[in-house]
Amino acid sequence: MLDWLFAGWPGLQASAALLALEPPGWGGNLLRGAANSLIIALGAFGLGLVIGTAGALGKLGGGPVTRDLLAVYTTIVRAVPELILILLLYYAGTDLLNQVLRLMGQRPVEISGLAAGIGVLGVVQGAYATEVLRGAIQAVPRGQIEAARAFGMGPLQVFRRVTLPAMLPLALPGLSNLWLIATKDTALLAIVGFSELTLETRQAAGSTRAYFTFFLAAGAIYLVMTLVSGRVFGWIEARYRRGQARA
Amino acid sequence: MRAFWQPHRIVLVALALGLAVWAALTMRWGWIPRYAPLALEGMWRTIWLLGLSVGIGFALAVPLGLAQAAGPWWLAAPARAFCTVIRGTPLLLQIWLVYYGLGSLFPQYPWIRQSELWPILRQAWPYALVALSLSFAGYEGEVMRGAFKSVPAGQLTAARAFGFSRVATFRRVWLPQALARALPTLGGETILQLKATPLVATITVIEIYAVASRVRQDTFIIYEPLLLLALAYLALAGVIALGFRWLERRMVRGLH
Repeated sequence: MLDWLFAGWPGLQASAALLALEPPGWGGNLLRGAANSLIIALGAFGLGLVIGTAGALGKLGGGPVTRDLLAVYTTIVRAVPELILILLLYYAGTDLLNQVLRLMGQRPVEISGLAAGIGVLGVVQGAYATEVLRGAIQAVPRGQIEAARAFGMGPLQVFRRVTLPAMLPLALPGLSNLWLIATKDTALLAIVGFSELTLETRQAAGSTRAYFTFFLAAGAIYLVMTLVSGRVFGWIEARYRRGQARA
Repeated sequence: MRAFWQPHRIVLVALALGLAVWAALTMRWGWIPRYAPLALEGMWRTIWLLGLSVGIGFALAVPLGLAQAAGPWWLAAPARAFCTVIRGTPLLLQIWLVYYGLGSLFPQYPWIRQSELWPILRQAWPYALVALSLSFAGYEGEVMRGAFKSVPAGQLTAARAFGFSRVATFRRVWLPQALARALPTLGGETILQLKATPLVATITVIEIYAVASRVRQDTFIIYEPLLLLALAYLALAGVIALGFRWLERRMVRGLH
């Protein structure tokens, strides 16, 4: 079916053979790597949201010590390269866990790349999410929260019923940016040897010497991920902005 | 200044100082004298890679932003596509594509191997610089698009009415105002670019991060070089932030 295309572009057939899904081709490996990247990105983004929500609430409502410690956390994470944080947190996390296990009389364990990746990227995401969510929560008019309190809602209920829905449309552009950063930061785990998309690509490219084919293919996969998630976030944002006046 | 020195802050600072002293006394720092010259070299390489890539990237970003903000569709569409592709793929992948891809392509052509440039093209840093510059251009092109668009059209009309040529309008009115608006973002993006430079260590460019990795591999000391490295990046980020704050004060003077 594609013969006419191959005839006009001789290199294409070889590239297509290299990218085939079955074992002589490397397409299956790339897709497995992409799935790993997505799982890590999802996990890290989720963990980042949890840390970010706690951090934002701590920065806004916590005591002076909490606020200063959170400021140190967000400043350091945002000024030090992710790569170094990943290495530091990876080694320190493994060491710490094993020391705790030793104290409890257990044998040391090897942390799985997946858990470590999610944990480390989650901590990095958390710092950025803290700032995004803090800004969004601050932008909710005080009167709305005071009104909710006057109606007798508890702090948790105020957050769930008033603060969260009111701040979400303001936070979504920042959060969508964070999600894009999360998908791209998964590539950094290639350097600590976790087999996500970028590392799989490099292995495939290195063993076949077809660098352009594989790096371009991987680039296309990443691009599809970001474009699709851009669409999804646009759709979610439109949904949550329904109640707001159009600018 | 008094607002900073609240009682709990004094305790926190004292704790941090105590931690630093404890780290200095009990951790292993014996490797520093041996690796100091290499580290200084690496630091310098990080700084010039950052400076050059920001400069080249920004020079590319101005036409990219202008094409998107005011160009005809046949200029705007490719500029948009470029920014989308750069922003949609990881920088590490771009660096590897440029280094391994071009690096495997160039030697196939005899005229490149015989050219004057070959001794340079055989090293890793030109590929690192190209990848970093293109990446910065992609992100900044988007920023500049917004900045160019945010300059009120009346300003440009007024300049034209004063008899400014199109080039003079751009140089004296449009660009300075767009720059002043983009500066706060540019400062943040430059720090992000600083944080991206360690990636070039993966293609054998020996900058400061690569030096720290080498200390780790040679001596099996894990935390000390990484902590010192983090400190170095914190200091560089601080210098960049201060520099941009100074630049902002200078540039924005006329605007308000």
